[in-house]
Amino acid sequence: MTTSQTTSQTTSQTTSSPRTKHEIAAAIAADVAAAFPRGAYANLGIGQPTLVADHLPPGSGVVLHTENGMLNMGPAATGDEVDPDLTNAGKIPVTELPGAAYFHHADSFAMMRGGHLDVCVLGAFQVSATGDLANWHTGAPDAIPAVGGAMDLAIGAKEVWVMMTLLTKDGTPKLVPECTYPLTGLGCVDRVYTDLGTFEITRDGVTVRDVAGTTVEALRDLLGPAVLPG
Amino acid sequence: MSVEVCTSYDEAVADVADGSTVLVGGFGMAGMPVHLIDALIRQGATDLTVVSNNAGNGDTGLAALLAAKRVRTVICSFPRQADSWVFDGLYRAGDIELEVVPQGNLAERMRAAGAGIGAFYCPTAVGTPLSEGKETREIDGRTYVLEYPIRGDVALIGAHLSDRMGNLVYRKTARNFGPVMATAARTVVAQVDCVVETGEIDPEHVVTPSIYVDRVVPAGAREEVPA
Repeated sequence: MTTSQTTSQTTSQTTSSPRTKHEIAAAIAADVAAAFPRGAYANLGIGQPTLVADHLPPGSGVVLHTENGMLNMGPAATGDEVDPDLTNAGKIPVTELPGAAYFHHADSFAMMRGGHLDVCVLGAFQVSATGDLANWHTGAPDAIPAVGGAMDLAIGAKEVWVMMTLLTKDGTPKLVPECTYPLTGLGCVDRVYTDLGTFEITRDGVTVRDVAGTTVEALRDLLGPAVLPG
Repeated sequence: MSVEVCTSYDEAVADVADGSTVLVGGFGMAGMPVHLIDALIRQGATDLTVVSNNAGNGDTGLAALLAAKRVRTVICSFPRQADSWVFDGLYRAGDIELEVVPQGNLAERMRAAGAGIGAFYCPTAVGTPLSEGKETREIDGRTYVLEYPIRGDVALIGAHLSDRMGNLVYRKTARNFGPVMATAARTVVAQVDCVVETGEIDPEHVVTPSIYVDRVVPAGAREEVPA
């Protein structure tokens, strides 16, 4: 995995006409998939991160873990393949690949928590400049809280990658000095893939790994010096 | 020692008392012991605490138990889903209590109960609202939260095969919480697709050993629909 590979992927994101929400998510997913180390054991969070599976290059050797107790999960099941006993974390019927393994929930989460997964990819409402993650609860008084496996994944995988649009619908950055939504995990995010660029978060702060259709200076203006110092 | 093979689902849950903590297997509908839950609804036990990953899907299984107003408290990781309208309605009306637990903690707390562990330090949820008020401890430079076991009075689980000893084999991702819950409750009842003769399951393939299992009910057992 090199920066130039990732950059060549991100240039494909740049188009002149406005992209649909799905096209934006697919482009981010393609960037994430291209950056997976060969043969990585990876967990894709429910929602948009599941799109990453569609972009894994043939022969990537990536082994997908699903929290409900399976390694080497295959693509979504269709037609006769649908089996109610075989689903992914989003309860969507899936398939098994040769070399798949099943295990119970305590083992599945021990696998996560014990640091055995190379990468997990999660969606986010917000990520802070120190890698705090907020992705489970808006904190709205009428919202029903539901955390699933997000907190276990956030602190467990060796690398936690977030994929999200960099801005909310009203143009507010989601990469922020400090999260205002309830936290999922503290200082756990290593990398943030967005529609406008990819960011690394280390002990020394946030750096731009690559940009997509914009410039580092423009991102600095957008995010402010508290997130991206000059 | 053989397991009790019940000829009706109703017989299998006849002794569940009011106020019980019931561990209910399944992740969504995969592994959900729907027939046992239906029998529990007919049996009438109420004021239950239900421990399960979700809080019911659609109108059957756990959702039907909630709709029958038999559940005081739900302990789960992911109550809110596209098809969780029964729970959503009860929760918004203030008719049900909810304890949200991170999914791995839910599994590990039951594992601890089954393994005789008094409590354990876990890194999940540190610094989040779900660890507020809980004891923490720094070990080798990392912060952990003290988590306590979750024990069941009864576990209702789904499995694929049982032999006449009660050794269980599961199918694919329907395994999920079954093996963990089977260790964590005083009485363990499994709804299975088929009961085979002892010796027909390769001992290397047993997932839940018979010691944990009290009753099994094979598919096609009677459902005692009230007259």
